[in-house]
Amino acid sequence: MAYILIFITAIFVNNIVLSQFLGICPFLGVSKKVDSALGMGAAVAFVLTLATIVTYLIQTYVLNAFGLEYLQTIAFILVIAALVQMVEIILKKSAPALYQALGVFLPLITTNCCILGVAILVANGTYATQGLEPNLLTGVVFAISTAIGFALALVVFAGIREQLAMMDVPKGLQGMSIALITAGLLAMAFMGFSGVDNGLKVLFGL
Amino acid sequence: MNNMKVLLNGIIKENPTFVLLLGMCPTLGTTSSAINGLSMGLATMAVLIFSNLIISLIKNLIPDKVRIPSFIVVIASLVTILQMLIKAYAPEVDKSLGLFIPLIVVNCIILGRAEAFAAKNGVVSSIFDGIGMGIGFTIALTLLGAVRELLGTGKVFDTTLFPESYGALVFVLAPGAFIALGYLIAIMNKIKN
Repeated sequence: MAYILIFITAIFVNNIVLSQFLGICPFLGVSKKVDSALGMGAAVAFVLTLATIVTYLIQTYVLNAFGLEYLQTIAFILVIAALVQMVEIILKKSAPALYQALGVFLPLITTNCCILGVAILVANGTYATQGLEPNLLTGVVFAISTAIGFALALVVFAGIREQLAMMDVPKGLQGMSIALITAGLLAMAFMGFSGVDNGLKVLFGL
Repeated sequence: MNNMKVLLNGIIKENPTFVLLLGMCPTLGTTSSAINGLSMGLATMAVLIFSNLIISLIKNLIPDKVRIPSFIVVIASLVTILQMLIKAYAPEVDKSLGLFIPLIVVNCIILGRAEAFAAKNGVVSSIFDGIGMGIGFTIALTLLGAVRELLGTGKVFDTTLFPESYGALVFVLAPGAFIALGYLIAIMNKIKN
């Protein structure tokens, strides 16, 4: 039950984009069309899960084992960059259709701060584990839920922006300005979920 | 003269936040108060100046193909040093900025300036570019932090301007960050035209 709680909390209550402010760049940059938002969401979900597993293993068996914790930032960013490159090469050979669909989004993921952010949170065990031991399994559940939350926010926002493109916006507010205000309203809507996690905790008897 | 132009360019004409719209995550995530915005701005500025300095020094030694990974390693090392310094000398800043300090590595402003300016220009003008961009970023973050703190709690830098009960708490929370920045950009657009 605690896993379900991690899942729901990461998607709705502590949404990575709308309440944690990670991954804002792709959220604002790749949200003009629902199709590309879906592609970006899928690519991030894929890399985020992989990166979390690899960085967790590196943290436990290399950095912690040899007392090199201070190299965390450097090690993680290099691992993520290498991983993105590797995923790109593998997908190109084995699943060209998926590679085509993800297109330019793959290389862009290296500088998406939600990947590094989640990797650091999971490696340090400083995320909402709902009373469970922070280990690889809870970390992966948290990473997948976070990625789904990212994709959800991105797709919903892209849907709103598609409608917004047809509206008559005042001149000064055009472009990024109105997009940010819309994101603010969306974040306000997601604030409605706050407290749901405590209610579910009581419901599940945790 | 030319260096002055580079400096002002980063503050006004190519302000990283209001004009280039780079580095949005720390801009929104750390500006719940003016002092948080200011410390994030200064931390980023420190990394930016030194990364511009080092990259403009070593730009001729790096083969073109491994350019970006080398830049990232330089930036990540600087951020690690900064992280240790902040933890040692300003633990309260470390607590309030938290995860956003290691995330300076993936701030697009730093890699962007390394690639667009430091890799093409000399040492002195690269330092001036770093200072200019850093000041521009710091001003933007402090301004946004001050607006959010004022509207949310009635204070700026802990100086009370109106009673807290009149404040709209939403401006300190997540939605207020988006809305306040949206309107600030709109005002900048208006001033520019």
